[in-house]
Amino acid sequence: MTRYEPVIGLEVHVELQTASKIFCHSSTAFGGDPNNHVCPVCLGLPGTLPVLNRNVVEAAIMVGLSLNCSVARFCKFDRKHYFYPDLPKNYQISQYDLPIAYDGYLDVEDEDGQPVRIGITRVHMEEDAGKLLHQGTIATTPYSLVDYNRTGVPLLEIVSEPDMRSPQEARAYLDKLKTIIQYTGVSDCRMEEGSLRCDANVSVRVRGSDTFGTKTEIKNMNSFRALQKAVQYEIERQIECLETGERIVQETRTWDETRGVTLSMRSKEEAHDYRYFPEPDLVPIVISPLWIEEITQQLPELPDARCCRYMDAYKLPAYDAGVLTSSKELGNYFEECVSLYPQPKTVSNWLMGELLRLLNDTNSEIGEARVRPAQLAGMLALIDKGTISGKLAKEVFEEMFRTGKDAQAVVKEKGLEQISDEASINAVIEQVIADHPGPVSDYRAGKERALGFMVGQVMKLTRGKANPGLVNRLLKDRLG
Amino acid sequence: MEICELTAHKLHNLLTSKEIRAEEVCLAVFKRINQVEDKVKAYLSLVREEALEKARAVDRKIDRGEAISPLAGIPVALKDNLCTKGLKTTCASKILYNFVPPYNATVVDKLRQEDAVITGKTNMDEFAMGSSTENSAFQKTCNPWSLDCVPGGSSGGSAAAVAAGEAICALGSDTGGSIRQPAAFCGVVGMKPTYGTVSRYGLVAFASSLDQIGPFARDVTDCALMLNAISGHDSMDSTSVPTELPDYRNALVEDIDGFRIGVPAEYFAAGLDDRVRRVIEEAITVLEQRGARVEETTLPHTEYALSTYYIIAPAEASSNLARYDGVRYGYRVEEAEDVVDMFSRTRSRGFGAEVKRRVMLGTYALSAGYYDAYYLKALKVRTLIRRDFERAFEKFDFLISPTTPSTAFRFGEKVDDPLTMYLSDVFTLAVNLAGLPGVSIPAGFVDGMPVGLQLIGKPFSESTLLRAAYTFEQSTAHHLKRPPLTGEVK
Repeated sequence: MTRYEPVIGLEVHVELQTASKIFCHSSTAFGGDPNNHVCPVCLGLPGTLPVLNRNVVEAAIMVGLSLNCSVARFCKFDRKHYFYPDLPKNYQISQYDLPIAYDGYLDVEDEDGQPVRIGITRVHMEEDAGKLLHQGTIATTPYSLVDYNRTGVPLLEIVSEPDMRSPQEARAYLDKLKTIIQYTGVSDCRMEEGSLRCDANVSVRVRGSDTFGTKTEIKNMNSFRALQKAVQYEIERQIECLETGERIVQETRTWDETRGVTLSMRSKEEAHDYRYFPEPDLVPIVISPLWIEEITQQLPELPDARCCRYMDAYKLPAYDAGVLTSSKELGNYFEECVSLYPQPKTVSNWLMGELLRLLNDTNSEIGEARVRPAQLAGMLALIDKGTISGKLAKEVFEEMFRTGKDAQAVVKEKGLEQISDEASINAVIEQVIADHPGPVSDYRAGKERALGFMVGQVMKLTRGKANPGLVNRLLKDRLG
Repeated sequence: MEICELTAHKLHNLLTSKEIRAEEVCLAVFKRINQVEDKVKAYLSLVREEALEKARAVDRKIDRGEAISPLAGIPVALKDNLCTKGLKTTCASKILYNFVPPYNATVVDKLRQEDAVITGKTNMDEFAMGSSTENSAFQKTCNPWSLDCVPGGSSGGSAAAVAAGEAICALGSDTGGSIRQPAAFCGVVGMKPTYGTVSRYGLVAFASSLDQIGPFARDVTDCALMLNAISGHDSMDSTSVPTELPDYRNALVEDIDGFRIGVPAEYFAAGLDDRVRRVIEEAITVLEQRGARVEETTLPHTEYALSTYYIIAPAEASSNLARYDGVRYGYRVEEAEDVVDMFSRTRSRGFGAEVKRRVMLGTYALSAGYYDAYYLKALKVRTLIRRDFERAFEKFDFLISPTTPSTAFRFGEKVDDPLTMYLSDVFTLAVNLAGLPGVSIPAGFVDGMPVGLQLIGKPFSESTLLRAAYTFEQSTAHHLKRPPLTGEVK
């Protein structure tokens, strides 16, 4: 691996969440009975014509701006031709030589935490195709049905420069891209639902070489993890080829998730000639500086800026700020919590430690969390008041996460209220002294460590409910 | 003159003065259809009952004392590439033999709003590709002036229907002359408006950047009324112009005194039938007598129009016709090994020879490695052709030429030689490439066959063209002649 350097570029498709499709009034809603979200236009019936949805252009400009792209003053649509039953016109309306945005970048970190800038070649608008339904597999089905609900749903294709040098970097780029687009609000970017799709161009070359090796295009990766694994596999496969003197063929390969391998789909020779030409049914799009300015005004704060603000305003470490801003909703959650409980680092610790762990364990997302920011803030206040100990608070929080109940209610129900009553604690202390004469004399003989053991015994007997600070002081007093 | 041979504006007067009823008009047209349709074969489908119902509804409006629109109760035929909700729209192609659109073309809705009476769908060259209507997958339409001649094309059915009294007016589509050429051959008025004047929504596309819907009529006044009804912005067609268009009736003024008319020398060159030339020269004399100043001019890139057209139009057609694959509607072969085989067999059997020829030409022109040499080059020449016109219009109000190099030819005469067939549109193609308005009006006869005079205007100068055409028409009687419907049917 060290002799070789991988070169990776990604082509990402993102479905835009506009209410209607890119060229007609049909709904873009996900799911629904087959062929229910269709009309003569998106079905490409004879004589119908596309009319561009203005919201798609605005979303594209917004994404272009948030990826530091130049926005075209003039762009147009083109027809991309290929015959396939899920494509009702047998051409896709896309953008060929004049994309709406170009020459952008985004910054990620490599494995060593060093900043890397990944160039973005272009962002263009196009229409999605439909979906084929088979009985069993495509190879054995006696017939196939077509669902055109997705046909004409607006897509952005975002093409990166071949700037990534490892599968981890590719993953980091895709993560960052997803985060930025989610921040703009134009797409939910769910790879599992297909609202974010990614193809990878992969080649390897001898380190230090200034020319690229022969590349392959990898398709059919259905998760972020799959992307990383597929790219890793493909790099290793290509290096193996080079090592054994085999020729790498320029081709499209598909990722086989179950076998964990990439397989040849079609070679360059079999590649489509898309016969692009300007779409004559649509007029060119002229984008005025004023329009770009208006959209710039509407741009939300993006993750990098938010991250800086967290470090600046909340004095959070870079790592915390990075994690908290990695999703728009997590950042919002954090900010809401801090507005009620203004100790940013404490809130950050709870979010990064407990909340993210619980979300991960339950394989759920922040939006689905039953425990709301105000409830976490309430719980943190209970710790401060001494009602619960920091240690027990984790148990309380887990219960809040599970049930959505307030901290107060959980504490009551489970009898987890902290014991801060001196008389009760002294009673326990007496028992511990009686049970452990050894450590008592050790302590009196000057062995400070023995005190810790005694505190632990008190906590054990109170099932962790005793106020640890108080226990400490009372023990010292008693033994002193 | 019989009812079915009258003009729309005359019938409108008779309807509003209650001298005639819309039902009578409709019955008269269908009677004529019964009498002559087996000879002319202008229609692919007829909707007699719906037409009569609509006519009676117009009569009720008149009885109630309501005002009616100029086309109310007027029988109008539609070319079969205009989508009609619930009514078969075949483009005269086997591949769409059973296609029933669930929507109307915008022009059809507009005509219905005007209470026009739709008679049926007319024959055409398959997907509007042709100049004789011989490329219809279903039947040959005959020229009412001589049944052994073609009516022209591709809107031959619409032209023949109007000429034969089988409709009062009609709609066609014009991609390279498909309204003007059959209008000339059949002795009626036919206009291709400026690109963007009439919505293309619901017109089954041949070549999107060239296609334009337009009227056939017996005289210029009817042409103006039809244009009024169908023109205007449509939010369903991004290429339709968003500007307010004039009332074309205001253009019906008998005065062209001082108009400057250019006669492009290239349109009078070799290939033009001498007898046609003489008819056009007489027409020029008429215009001069009415006070117009006529001068020769030049459109230097004319000789490239035909080859430019036959790159651009097939390129767009190859794309537009890709959707006919048997998956969703229309013809599909019964037996196929897999989906690719189904596509291929469906298209091989569903399309006729000329359509396949153009799909292949266009596919080739757009292919990797050929795009620059063909399609891109053609776009550049198209710009040069447009500039030729722009330069001429700096000096002239409009241009005139023969619509076609000859009068209607006989069946089979050119069908085996595509290039000769393509040449019959040589005077009309450039107008589409430049997106200009053009109108063909009856200018006289050669051996009993009509000759068309073409007027070509600046973009959106339909009013100027109509005014000149109207003045010419008022000075001549060619438009009053009706065809004998004789000749030998082959």
